[in-house]
Order: sequence, then C-alpha cells, then structure tokens
Amino acid sequence: MDVFLFFLFAAIAVICAVNVVVQTHPISSALSLVGVMGALAVLYLLLGGEFIAMAQVIVYAGAIMVLFIFVIMLLNAGEESKQSKSLVAQFLGIPGFFALLVVLAFGILRLFPNAPRVRFGEFTSAGAEELGRSLFTQYLLPFEVVTVLILIAIVGAIVLARKEMD
Amino acid sequence: MQGVPLSWYLILSAILFALGVAGFLFRRSIITVFMSIELMLNAVNLSFVAFSYQFKQVDGHLFTFFVMVVAAAEAAVGLAIILTVFRNRATLNIDEINSLKY
Repeated sequence: MDVFLFFLFAAIAVICAVNVVVQTHPISSALSLVGVMGALAVLYLLLGGEFIAMAQVIVYAGAIMVLFIFVIMLLNAGEESKQSKSLVAQFLGIPGFFALLVVLAFGILRLFPNAPRVRFGEFTSAGAEELGRSLFTQYLLPFEVVTVLILIAIVGAIVLARKEMD
Repeated sequence: MQGVPLSWYLILSAILFALGVAGFLFRRSIITVFMSIELMLNAVNLSFVAFSYQFKQVDGHLFTFFVMVVAAAEAAVGLAIILTVFRNRATLNIDEINSLKY
C-alpha cells in the first residue's frame, strides 16, 4: 500500500513541478506549486513526520502561497513575455537539466547502494511532543535566532512595501 | 509489502531540485523565478525528512522546520522587494531589471 501511495504522490509532485516550470501564467505556476506542496506533505506522512506534514500544509500551502497569490493579484501579473534571445538557454537548457539530474541521481545511488526500505509506521517518534522537546532544549539557540530573523523580516517587509511619503 | 527504498525519496528530491534549478534559470517572470526557489527549498526539505527517517532522529524534521521559517521570511521580504521594483520600473521581466549588472 505505501509503495502505491509513494508512486501516486511522487508522480503528482513531479507533474506539478513540471507544470510550475512550463506554465507561462504566474497564477498557474502558483497553483501547481500548491499541488507539489500537498503531495510532499503526504510523502512526509509516509516517512513518519506527522507534525512536519501539517506544518507543510499550514505554513507553505496555506501562508506562503497565499502571499504569492496576493502579490500576483496586486501586480496584475499576466502572461510572461516571450523574448528569450539566449542561444545557450535554447540548446543547452534541457540537456543541462538532464545532466544535473543524472549527476545527482548517480551520486545518490553511489552513496546509498542498499538503502533501507521505508515502511510506514516504523518511525513514529517525530510527533509534536518529541519535536517540541528537542526544539526547546537542544535547538534552543537556533530557535531564538530564527525568531529574531522573522521579526527583522516582518519589519523589513513593511519598510520595503510601504508607500513613500513626500 | 516491502516498501520503497529510501534512495527513491532522495531521487524524487533530486528531480524536484533540478526542476527548480531549471525554472530559476530559464523563466523570465520574477514571480516564477521566486516560486522556483521555493520548489528547491521543498526538495531539500524532502531530503532532510528522508534522512531523518534513516537515522531515526528528529533532527531532520527540525531542520525542515527552520527551513520553512526562513522560507517564510524570505518570501515576505522578497515579495516586498518585487512590489517596490514593480512600483518603480513597471515591469516584472528580469531581463529589463538589469541596472545592477553593468
């Protein structure tokens, strides 16, 4: 069953990711990206990350993508203009993509020739309780740094996006 | 049922990352370029969670959590920059926003 689920959601993720790259309208790309994030949330669940799957849906698909869609609507972004004159991009683009993919896949298969098999339910200690305990003891300093970072980001976004008052 | 090897998750992550790189390099709309960056971050998150499964530790999940927070901060600031650029230049095409290049 989990093999079937892996292939189903891996296929959804890859198809949506291809759609993100090939669509010319930004709103289509954004909706495809939501599809990728939903499929990845299911894969996280298969890997035993129930909390991180929920965070993926709430934070990524819920908050970040809404921000993207707001900006697309606000700027009234339409179809992207086709004026790429680069010959390198035309002739090396797709071969370069597959070259990168082959290098990465070769490295993975070389490093993990007999990787363990993933069985659903074998790793269950990544719930909210364990994550919270680790986050507030072992990773307390990164957590505090990240809170300062997000405060700076909030202030920076407001400063950048406000209208200039003359 | 045996389950799929862990390396397949990593290969899926590699496919998504390569697609993100392709989108980042070949798209001309600044918003789509930005979404390609999010796609790459997501691909790396999948690797973190897969490794976390292999080593049976929660550290990978916490890194994923931090990546999500940083991605949220990056999206907020980046989209504010896009708004400002659009207000000043009235374009979203990255070929026309090249004052810093020369």
